[in-house]
Amino acid sequence: MICKKKTLLTATALGAMTLATSAMAERGTDGQLNLLLWQAPSTLNVYLSTGTKDMLASSLILEPLAAFAPDGEIVPRLAAEIPSMENGGISEDMTQITWKLKEGLKWSDGSDVTAEDVKFTADYCMSEEGGCSQAAKFDAIASVEVVDPLTVTITFDSPRPYPFQAFVGSQAPILQKAQFENCLGAAAATCTEANFGPIGTGPFMVTDFRTNDVASFEVNPEYREADKPAFANVNLKGGGDSAAAARAVLETGEYDYAWNIQISPETLNQMLAAGMGKLEVEFGATTEHLKMNMTDPSPDLPEGERSTVAHPHPILSDENVRRALSMAIDRNILNEIGYGETGAATCNMVNGPAEFAADNTDCLTQDIEGAKALLEEAGWTDEDGDGIREKDGRKLSLLFQTSVNAVRQDFQALIKQWWQEIGVQTELKTVDASVFFGSDPNSPDTLVKFYADVEMYTDVYDGTDPGTFLAEHACDAIPSPENQWQGENAARFCFEEYDAMVEQMSQTSGTEARAALAQEMDLMLTRDTMVLQPLISRGRVSVSSNALAGVQMNPWDSEFWNVADWSRAE
Amino acid sequence: MLTFVIRRLLLAIPTLLFISLVIFLLLELSPGDPLGDVPLTVPPEVKERMREALGLGRPWPVRYVLWLKQFFYVEPLYWIDGIFRTDFSQGMQRIISFQSRSPVFDVIAQRVPQTLTVVGMSYLIGVMIAIPIGIISAYKQYSWFDQLGTFVSMVGFSMPTFFTGVVLIIIFGVKLQWFPSIYDTTHQVTDWDSFLVQVRQMVMPVTVLALYNAAQISRFMRASMLDNLGQDYVRTARAKGLGERTVVMKHVLRNSLIPVVTVIALGLPAVFGGAIITEQVFKVNGLGQLLISAIHANDIPMVLTLTFIFAILIVIFTLIADILYGILDPRIRYD
Amino acid sequence: MTETERQQRLDREELVAETAGPAPVSTELPPDDPVHAGEETRSQWRDVWRQFRSHTGAMVALVLFIGVILFVTIGPYIWTADPAYVDILARNTGFTAEHPLGTDQLGRDMLARLMVGGRVSIAVGLTAMILAITLGSLIGVLSGYFRRLDAPLMRLTELFLALPLLPLLLLMVTLFREPLSQAFGPAMGIFLLIVSAIGATSWMQSARIVRGDVLGLKEREFILAAKSIGTPAPRMILRHILPNVLSPIMVAATLGIATAIITESALSFLGLGFPPDFPTWGRLLYDAVDQMQMYPTRVILPGLLISLTVLCVNYIGDGLRDAMDPRIRGR
Repeated sequence: MICKKKTLLTATALGAMTLATSAMAERGTDGQLNLLLWQAPSTLNVYLSTGTKDMLASSLILEPLAAFAPDGEIVPRLAAEIPSMENGGISEDMTQITWKLKEGLKWSDGSDVTAEDVKFTADYCMSEEGGCSQAAKFDAIASVEVVDPLTVTITFDSPRPYPFQAFVGSQAPILQKAQFENCLGAAAATCTEANFGPIGTGPFMVTDFRTNDVASFEVNPEYREADKPAFANVNLKGGGDSAAAARAVLETGEYDYAWNIQISPETLNQMLAAGMGKLEVEFGATTEHLKMNMTDPSPDLPEGERSTVAHPHPILSDENVRRALSMAIDRNILNEIGYGETGAATCNMVNGPAEFAADNTDCLTQDIEGAKALLEEAGWTDEDGDGIREKDGRKLSLLFQTSVNAVRQDFQALIKQWWQEIGVQTELKTVDASVFFGSDPNSPDTLVKFYADVEMYTDVYDGTDPGTFLAEHACDAIPSPENQWQGENAARFCFEEYDAMVEQMSQTSGTEARAALAQEMDLMLTRDTMVLQPLISRGRVSVSSNALAGVQMNPWDSEFWNVADWSRAE
Repeated sequence: MLTFVIRRLLLAIPTLLFISLVIFLLLELSPGDPLGDVPLTVPPEVKERMREALGLGRPWPVRYVLWLKQFFYVEPLYWIDGIFRTDFSQGMQRIISFQSRSPVFDVIAQRVPQTLTVVGMSYLIGVMIAIPIGIISAYKQYSWFDQLGTFVSMVGFSMPTFFTGVVLIIIFGVKLQWFPSIYDTTHQVTDWDSFLVQVRQMVMPVTVLALYNAAQISRFMRASMLDNLGQDYVRTARAKGLGERTVVMKHVLRNSLIPVVTVIALGLPAVFGGAIITEQVFKVNGLGQLLISAIHANDIPMVLTLTFIFAILIVIFTLIADILYGILDPRIRYD
Repeated sequence: MTETERQQRLDREELVAETAGPAPVSTELPPDDPVHAGEETRSQWRDVWRQFRSHTGAMVALVLFIGVILFVTIGPYIWTADPAYVDILARNTGFTAEHPLGTDQLGRDMLARLMVGGRVSIAVGLTAMILAITLGSLIGVLSGYFRRLDAPLMRLTELFLALPLLPLLLLMVTLFREPLSQAFGPAMGIFLLIVSAIGATSWMQSARIVRGDVLGLKEREFILAAKSIGTPAPRMILRHILPNVLSPIMVAATLGIATAIITESALSFLGLGFPPDFPTWGRLLYDAVDQMQMYPTRVILPGLLISLTVLCVNYIGDGLRDAMDPRIRGR
């Protein structure tokens, strides 16, 4: 059986290869590629935007020094090789990294790509008034120096065990100095022409860009691989919603590829049944989870003290309650209803790359009886027989908030019912996504302010290293009125041991050691304390038409990372 | 009448300024954050710097006055430069959208054509269907035509466009494959074939919107006609021996138009505002989609500019409606 | 509750019908059949009812409307399934004995959801409509009738027309959700908030329409005549102006119900409306749109009920209008 499967696999792989080679024969012979992003890109300069939609569109044009492959590995793009301690690219003390560019690279206008462009890009993003959205990637860089036209050295303020942030991944690509020279700092916003039509090194160049609507591209004549890309033009349309986007690929066949499909598994399967396209899913750094508020959000507290560490949560500070809430949830059913093939039930916050994911599956079996027993044991009993437990005169009643989203509302309904079964009363609340994920310090409904007991949303981390993400749960990242509610630690998770591990992480290098520590930290957040309760590891989901070949989903970088290899299937 | 118009136009200036202030304050106060869409991976310090770069660090009165200056001074200068090839506006900051960091007026100018073709056309068709239906329904009250008209228009009005739009797409886009489900805004009409392509992609959104508009207007037309058909002057006119056609089309229709004129005058600025849901369903990406995405992103300059243009149109069209009342019914006097 | 409101409305209309004298109107010639100014008292209402009964469409609509009201009010006492109960094993079932109208994607009973949802939708639709129409007619009449009020009120209308709806609603919800919930309980608080939000943002069209009609009306001979005999303004408005602008108000009212029901659903999927476990017709329809190819009944049923309600109100409105028009009555 296994053997058979293997041959089948090889056969398909061979098939794909022959297909690819035949299509690879010539540049620009396959006509137009139609891409549909239901959230339309608003700019092509990723340094002025944080949207994935903008990053995707710009990744057709702009390229970084190195990118992430689908397996999470860092692979060279404009760089000749990946710097490491072995090849001398990274200094012994971990404070310097030296990148070498490939030889003979040209911008789409025919000029040479040099180390000056790399240095300029760093200056562009690090200039004070520019409001560069990727500034975190250029954090703690002391200097960027041009060694020779093809070599650039980055020096950090302090040892950097994981130096692959600046110029790695489609969110931090190289800009052309000549084009953006006059756009430094506050002038960034005045360079509309450059922002809407950056000159790049990628397989395509932009011909027409209409913000939040549509973008047209054509082949970059200077692209470094002479026989690529196969498509002559790209039409990238935005607008509508994700169901309509899936329909345009799977049912009407008007488009070749639609990004970010979030529809119920049933609807998706019904659309797939038309046989015009297929699903592209890969799992990465996206986890739908519950956060338990460790502080008291009660409206009776004076404003400025609600949800602050001054008042521990009267119910959720009890670890048994948190554990019982988690035990009552059947994550597999949630997945079946909300995500199907595009998600997987999980107990970890960090679900990838594989070596970073802890081996923890304890939470996957629902245990209503166990949860009841646990609450009973902890002193939460239903004295008055109204179906809701109480302890010391306090009812076990929770406010559960999330953003407006059909799947999340279904999850709310299900979770409410399971909690009801163990004697917990739940009041549901939904908040408009732009308010919920916003950080307006005056709004009571943001996720960081957390004026509720439990909230649900998706956490994501950048790149393949979860170090920064895990550090967000340190005590000093707790949002409070003092820091205008800025701070990522929405759950108000605060444990000394954990802070020590955060410190240790900032000094650990080497994937293996970092992965081991990351697993330990993850387990502490989830299994050991139950403050964060992961539900679903969400895949990156897109759909592609059967008329398109060469697509390979990438959960760590732009989905269009290998667009140069895409071609029209026969 | 002339003094009335001049007085109203002069009065419009403080009104509009006040409206702009109210809209600005509303956008300021309503919860929501221009950086709301920024992913959680971006640290707070970076967000703070991005906020500064958007100019949000300054107090609101400064930002409001700056917007006024940009709207009433810089933008007109920029147009003058564009027409006369001068450079008065050199170095001056135009109104810049938070989302795309591009001048708001450029984006609006890009969107106007598709909104006017789709939404404008549907309004035109809606009115052209509604008025005859309203007249006939009223003239032959409770005939089968009237009953059918009532039924269709009430069902048409009570079915939201997010529903009718998707039904049309599934029937004509997916099953029959007659019309495209996605509107191509880059399509250029150059010859007969490309004109046909344009017509085909307009059919569904125009139908959905026209049905909705026609339903509303025809109901008002019918009610108003019914009111007037029962009046004594109609009987008198008939008694005088005027032809039925003259009676209905000249006397009754003219007197019945006042509420219809009001509805249409309020509807025309709405054409500029686009049709949010229909544009979304058919991916027309006109002004409605621009406004809603700007609202979701809390793109204050964009929302403020769009709604302010909308306010100007409302003021103009209500004035036109008031003038039309005077023409339709000469007894109405404002002086 | 809606029943009593409806009764109140009928009572008010009865009052209007009573006080409204027939209005002989002429533009070109004096009436050839002058109707004597009415001293009819109670019998007029009976007249209206008799006339209304002879209007087949209106009677059918009234019966259906009462049926719908009973369905949503009494229904849940007869069909006692819990509309929020999730039955994972019974997801997406068709029409069965256990679930006569099937279940939704979480296995919740559709019949129960339609009943409970209708309660909210009809209550919101009627109340918001009444609020908007009352406000609109009031502002329209005042501004059309009193020249001094015209400019300020119409500028106010323009302001409201120009305000972007979504930020306005967001602001209202942020400011008032918690205080109202605390004062009236969560469900009632949100109900009040939604109704006033919809009412406060949809009165402008009827105000403009009413004003336009009043402007023309007040120059007519019968108004001038009434004025010349010294009729005070309030009586003038109630007796002579309002009855003559009733038909556009009726149209605005029927259209208003449909708009309010749909707007309510729009509010809830913006997170501004009722909590997600509170079904309403608009929401049920919206949620089912994506799956309409697989489960068409889930869109058809709420859609049908919304249309039915709107159609009923429309025909009842038509019937009432005809019944109360002295020129048609008795024809």
